Amino acid sequence: MRPTRPVDAAAWRVAATVTDPEIPVLTIEDLGVLRSVEVADDGVVRVQLTPTYSGCPALDAMRDDVLLALTHAGYDDVHVDLVLAPAWTTDWMSESGKAKLRRYGIQAPTGRAAARDAGPVRVQLAVKCPRCDSLHTRELARFGSTSCKALYECLDCLEPFDYFKVL
Amino acid sequence: MHDAGHDTGHDAGHDLHGSVTVDELALAEELAGSGITGAGRVASTDAAEYAMRLGDDALVLAQQLGMWITRAPELEEDVALGNIGLDLIGHARSLLHYAGTATGRSEDDLAYWRGEPEFRNAWLFEQPNGDFAHTIARQLVASLYLYELYRALESSTDATIAAIAAKSVKEVDYHRDHAVQWVLRLAGGTDESRRRMIVAVTDTWPYVDELFVDDELTARLADDGVAVLPSTLRPAFEAAVDAVFAEAGLERPTGRTAFIASGGGREGRHTEHLGPLLAEMQVLARQHPGASW
Repeated sequence: MRPTRPVDAAAWRVAATVTDPEIPVLTIEDLGVLRSVEVADDGVVRVQLTPTYSGCPALDAMRDDVLLALTHAGYDDVHVDLVLAPAWTTDWMSESGKAKLRRYGIQAPTGRAAARDAGPVRVQLAVKCPRCDSLHTRELARFGSTSCKALYECLDCLEPFDYFKVL
Repeated sequence: MHDAGHDTGHDAGHDLHGSVTVDELALAEELAGSGITGAGRVASTDAAEYAMRLGDDALVLAQQLGMWITRAPELEEDVALGNIGLDLIGHARSLLHYAGTATGRSEDDLAYWRGEPEFRNAWLFEQPNGDFAHTIARQLVASLYLYELYRALESSTDATIAAIAAKSVKEVDYHRDHAVQWVLRLAGGTDESRRRMIVAVTDTWPYVDELFVDDELTARLADDGVAVLPSTLRPAFEAAVDAVFAEAGLERPTGRTAFIASGGGREGRHTEHLGPLLAEMQVLARQHPGASW
């Protein structure tokens, strides 16, 4: 939701340089965590962030980093609000973000959260190995090193890898 | 969390963190769940009490699950229970933050500076971890109940409660799946694991009833569409339990075999287990008031 007003868009571009401390290849814009940036006539900047998972501790770091980035860019009065609604979904992750994730060795969300509840049966699509592109993989643990990831292994190249879960 | 007397008077132009510190003071009030627009919606007295009940359920359960870390049957399970606990901490923070808006207290004030009779969690959540089967039986009841609750609250007329519920339901959805998979595995595993699962279900069931008791507060709030009457969640909860138990070959305790605990958590009457849990959870904050990283 990149703003159209030039004055907002300039501040957005600054905020959008902030990366996820856990996955430094992804910006908060790639993640869909950056929801809006508005610069008021008196120069006050209001930024809205939304948490990925309710308890995600990375959010505090992202909030501080947004503040720092905008302060360094010369914005004096910056407010970062955290918003819960609408609830974050991996559907908001950008295509370029997904490509960056794969290059980093983490498989991006496979399929859409919005489509998951559509049918009577939940279909778990095969998760592709980010290294060798094999679909011959299996879940080792649904809960991984962070809330957003599961641990998989590739049965062809035998490497373990992280998978960014659909939410 | 932040020291209001912090020196911000020096030359901010040469201090990397100068203006950041000032903003942090304001931000401390803007923790997750501080309203859908961040404009700081204030809860009504009734909504605050309701949010406190829900927040305390989540907080106490999160504290329990945290105790499993390094003690679970396998490393993956340390991680799983830790992750689930983290989600619940997130729900508790949002709910207690909102509850505190009615009285000017922060989420930390509510978590660390209330005594046992001021906690509003149901007895289920404070029951001890027991063996792994007991924790799983408690997780099954908790996650199936919370799923139905948050799903219903997504359409609450209180915008903050609706937003927290819509966020939380996505997470308790997979907490449900985690509990169900373990119930099936333990019930269908060895004679010993099955025996333990049956004992755990029997020990846990007395605490189910309290979750679905209506009272004056929930009646008033349900009239306004803010809350949902707990009793209305029970049919869907029991249908979900029955589906799991049918697959696991377990029986839901009913009739004469089912004891019902007297409950009273919503009025601040608790079992002997809550006190020690709070002592451990609150000791750091109370020994070092105002400490921050």
